[in-house]
Amino acid sequence: MSVLVSKDTRVLTQGITGATGQLHTRLCREYGSQMVAGVTPGRGGSDFEGIPIFDTVAQAVRETGANASVIYVPPPGAADAILEAADAGIPLVVCITEGVPVLDMVRAKRWLEGKATRLIGPNCPGVITPGQCKIGIMPGYIHTPGTVGVVSRSGTLTYEAVFQLSQLGIGQSTCIGIGGDPIIGTGFIDALRLFQDDPGTDAVIMIGEIGGSAEEEAAAFIEQHVTKPVVSFIAGQTAPKGKRMGHAGAIISGGTGTAAEKIAALEAAGVTMSASPARLGVTMRDALRKAGKLQ
Amino acid sequence: MNIHEHQGKEVLRRYGVAVPQGRACFTVDEAVAAARELGFPCVVKAQIHAGGRGKAGGVKLVRDEAAAKAAATELLGKTLVTHQTGPQGRVVRRLLVEEGCQIARELYLGMVVDRGTGRATLMASTEGGVEIEEVAARTPEKILRETIDPVVGLAGYQARRIAFGLGLTKEQMGKAVGFLQALGRAFVECDCALAEINPLVVTQSGDLLALDAKIGFDDNALFRHPDLRELNDTNEQDPREIEAAKYDLSYIALAGNIGCMVNGAGLAMATMDSVKAAGGEPANFLDVGGGANTEKVKAAFKIILSDPAVKAIFINIFGGILRCDVLAEGVVAAAKEVGLSVPLVVRMEGTNVEQGKQILAESGLDIITAADMLEGAQKAVAAAGRAGR
Repeated sequence: MSVLVSKDTRVLTQGITGATGQLHTRLCREYGSQMVAGVTPGRGGSDFEGIPIFDTVAQAVRETGANASVIYVPPPGAADAILEAADAGIPLVVCITEGVPVLDMVRAKRWLEGKATRLIGPNCPGVITPGQCKIGIMPGYIHTPGTVGVVSRSGTLTYEAVFQLSQLGIGQSTCIGIGGDPIIGTGFIDALRLFQDDPGTDAVIMIGEIGGSAEEEAAAFIEQHVTKPVVSFIAGQTAPKGKRMGHAGAIISGGTGTAAEKIAALEAAGVTMSASPARLGVTMRDALRKAGKLQ
Repeated sequence: MNIHEHQGKEVLRRYGVAVPQGRACFTVDEAVAAARELGFPCVVKAQIHAGGRGKAGGVKLVRDEAAAKAAATELLGKTLVTHQTGPQGRVVRRLLVEEGCQIARELYLGMVVDRGTGRATLMASTEGGVEIEEVAARTPEKILRETIDPVVGLAGYQARRIAFGLGLTKEQMGKAVGFLQALGRAFVECDCALAEINPLVVTQSGDLLALDAKIGFDDNALFRHPDLRELNDTNEQDPREIEAAKYDLSYIALAGNIGCMVNGAGLAMATMDSVKAAGGEPANFLDVGGGANTEKVKAAFKIILSDPAVKAIFINIFGGILRCDVLAEGVVAAAKEVGLSVPLVVRMEGTNVEQGKQILAESGLDIITAADMLEGAQKAVAAAGRAGR
C-alpha cells in the first residue's frame, strides 16, 4: 500500500518540451511511471519520445485519462499551470518549479479552495511510491518498497534519509517532498493524515526546517491523531535570525520559527528526534524495533 | 530584496499613501539645500537597511541651516551600529531630509504574507514606534489583524475595522481607509514580502502620515518589476553574496571558519548544524543547487576561499540529479585552477559515487574523505584547528 501515487497513476507533464521537463519525463518513465501525456501550449499534435503533446491540459486529460500532473513550467507561468491543471479536474498536481512568486501562490491557493485537486509543492522534489510510480526529480534508485512514509520540506535531506533507510534494508511506502516555500499546497498535517490512514505505512519520518510554524502545528496534530511512530529532524539549528537560508520559507523572523521551538514541540508530542541527519536511518530502525515492526 | 526608507516612501507615494515631503541626499551640500527648500524644523535621517536608527543617533531634528549642515556632516560616512546591524555596523552613504511634523499619536502598520492562512495579512497596533515583536510577545491582544482575500483586496469594512480599532475619529475615517487600501494595493502590485510603517503618525492637525517605511520585495517576483530591481543598493550586501548571486548560488556569509559547499538548502543547513555539533563554526551557508556544473562549483570554491577567515572547506553532496562524478570533476578543476590553500574534506553519496571517489583519489589533491556528514564535519573541524595553529 501507499499514498497519493501507485502503479495505476497516469502522469501528465506540464512543460514537457523544456530541458528539465524532458529529462525528468524520461527518467520517470525509465523508473516505471506511466507517463501518458505532455502539455506545451503551441506544441499540440507533436510528441516527446512517443508521449503525445497537447496544447491544453483539458485536452490531454480527455484524450489520455491522465489523473496526475507534474509541473516543470518556469516560474512566471508555474502558478497558471497549477490553475489549468485544477480547472481540468486533475486530482493530484505536483509543482516542481523553484522560484514561484509568493503572491502567485496566494492566488493559486485561493483558486484551489473548494476544488478536488491536491497540490504538492511548489519548489519540491515530488512524490514517489517505490517500485510503482515516481513523479519528480528524486533519484529513483535509492528507494526501496516498504512501510516507512517520508515527508519533508527539503529535497536532498529526503534523499539522505531514504538512502540510509534503504542501506539498512528498510523500505518506504511513499515519500512526499512538500517543498521549501512559504506557501505550499500540501503540508505536514495533510501528509501525516494520509500516512496514519494508510495500512501500508508503519511509521513516518518527518523532516522540517526553520521558518514558519508548520512543524509546531504538525506536533499538535501528532499528539492528537497519530498513533504510528514518528521520527524527525529539523534543519537550521544554527541558522542566524533574519537570514533566508536558500529556501524562501527558511527564515527565522520575529523571533518565531526557530529550530529549538520546533524540536521542543515535537518532543513534547512524543516524536523521536534525530540529533543528526546522518542518524535518521538508525533512529527509525530503533523506533520500528521498539514498536515491534522490525526484528 | 530590501530597499531604503526614502525609496520605500517614493513607492508608497505612487499608490497614494500619505508620506512626508522629503529628498534623498548623498552629500552635505545636497542635504543643506534640501533642508532649506523644505523649511525648518526638518529631520535628517541616515539611510541604511536596518532598524533602530533613531536610538543609535541616526535621526536628527534640525532647526536651522547650521544644524542641518552639522547633522549631515556627522552622519554621512559614519558607521551606525543598531540592534539590527550587528557589532560591525553599517556605513551611512545617503540621507533622507524630510519635513518635520507635529505628532499627536504614533501607530503601527505592517503587511506580510501569512503562511498559516496563505494570504496577505494587515496588522495594526496602537503601540507604534516601538519594537512590534515585543508588543506581539507581551500583549498579543493589542495587535489587530485583517486577512486579505486576493480576489477583493483589503475591503472597505476591514479598513474601517482597523481604523476604529486604532481609536481614530470619524473625521479621520475616510483618510484612514484611503491610506490602508493604498498600502494594500502597493503591497500586491509591487509583490512585497514586507511593508511596515512604524510609526504611522496622526498629526496634530489630524492627518495620517507614514513617518517611516520598511519595504522588502519578493526576490522571486523581481523578474516582473525591472523598475523596482533598480532600487537595489549593493552597498548594503556582502560582496561575496553579490558574487554568488551572479552564478545563481545561494550564499550567506557567517562568522565561523569552516567553509561549506552543499547541494540543497535543507542539507546545507543540516551541514552547518553538523559543523556546530562537531565543535566548529560554519563560515557560510552555500547551496550550489541541483543543476550545478563545473563552472558553478568553481565559482563557489572561489567565493569560499575569498573569505580570509576560512581555515578548512567541507564539501557535502548527496548526488541525485547532480552526479558525484560531475561534482568531483568540478572540485578537481577548481582546486587546480584556484589553488587549494586550506584542508579540503569531501563527503559524497548518491549517483555515481564510485566514479566520483575515483576522480578525487586520482587527482593528486590532498583531499580528506568522510563516510557521512557527521564524520565529515568532525574531520573539517579538526583540520581547521590544525590549520589555525
